Amino acid sequence: MTYTTLAVISAVAGFAVDRWVLRTRLTSTATWWMTYAIIVFFQLLTNGWLTGREIVRYRADAIIGDSQPQLIGDGRLFYAPVEDLGFGFGLVLIACSVWVRLGRSRRVGEAA
Amino acid sequence: MSLVHWSYVAMLAFCLLGTLPLVWLFRLDVLRQPARLALAVVAAGTPYLVWDLWATHVGHWSFDPDQTLPWRIAGLPLEEISFFVVIPLVGVLTYEAVAAVRAGRGRWVLRR
Repeated sequence: MTYTTLAVISAVAGFAVDRWVLRTRLTSTATWWMTYAIIVFFQLLTNGWLTGREIVRYRADAIIGDSQPQLIGDGRLFYAPVEDLGFGFGLVLIACSVWVRLGRSRRVGEAA
Repeated sequence: MSLVHWSYVAMLAFCLLGTLPLVWLFRLDVLRQPARLALAVVAAGTPYLVWDLWATHVGHWSFDPDQTLPWRIAGLPLEEISFFVVIPLVGVLTYEAVAAVRAGRGRWVLRR
């Protein structure tokens, strides 16, 4: 499987964990989307550093674009492959979802 | 080892420098719940770390030895492994800071 396919799976997995597995439904809250707006801004900034400087390099046949980073275009956004957005969305959403889920069970535990 | 070898470390340090002060600014209790935090980091980070190990192994992406520290675990730079701790942590801190702002919590310097 290419990175492109896996990045889509990552974003869908994030949604699935939040909505159906842990039922935290963060993706229905303004708090999550404000969080994600901040995260994605800094992701573009820091990931631009990693990919623009070619600290991390991508093989052309795994991504939409080729292996040459550019600011915008050819499947790249601020030097990073657009696939990184799916990767980051899933990773951060799952982390927040597990975090919130554990908090709820803790509160339920205290109340009982 | 030149300064350039710290390029990836610099990105991780930037992420932490940007978010750890949120703990103080918004009186977040995230770091006082180490078990809950560790579970969230491990639950989100592990599948992505496994993906990363595989993707690096099959060559979807690679790391510049001149811009990373020399140490490798299973072919991954230590920075890349740390990424899967730092990013979930940064995500949870941002989420909690946004929740605090929306609830009107935080230090007087942030209040109107």
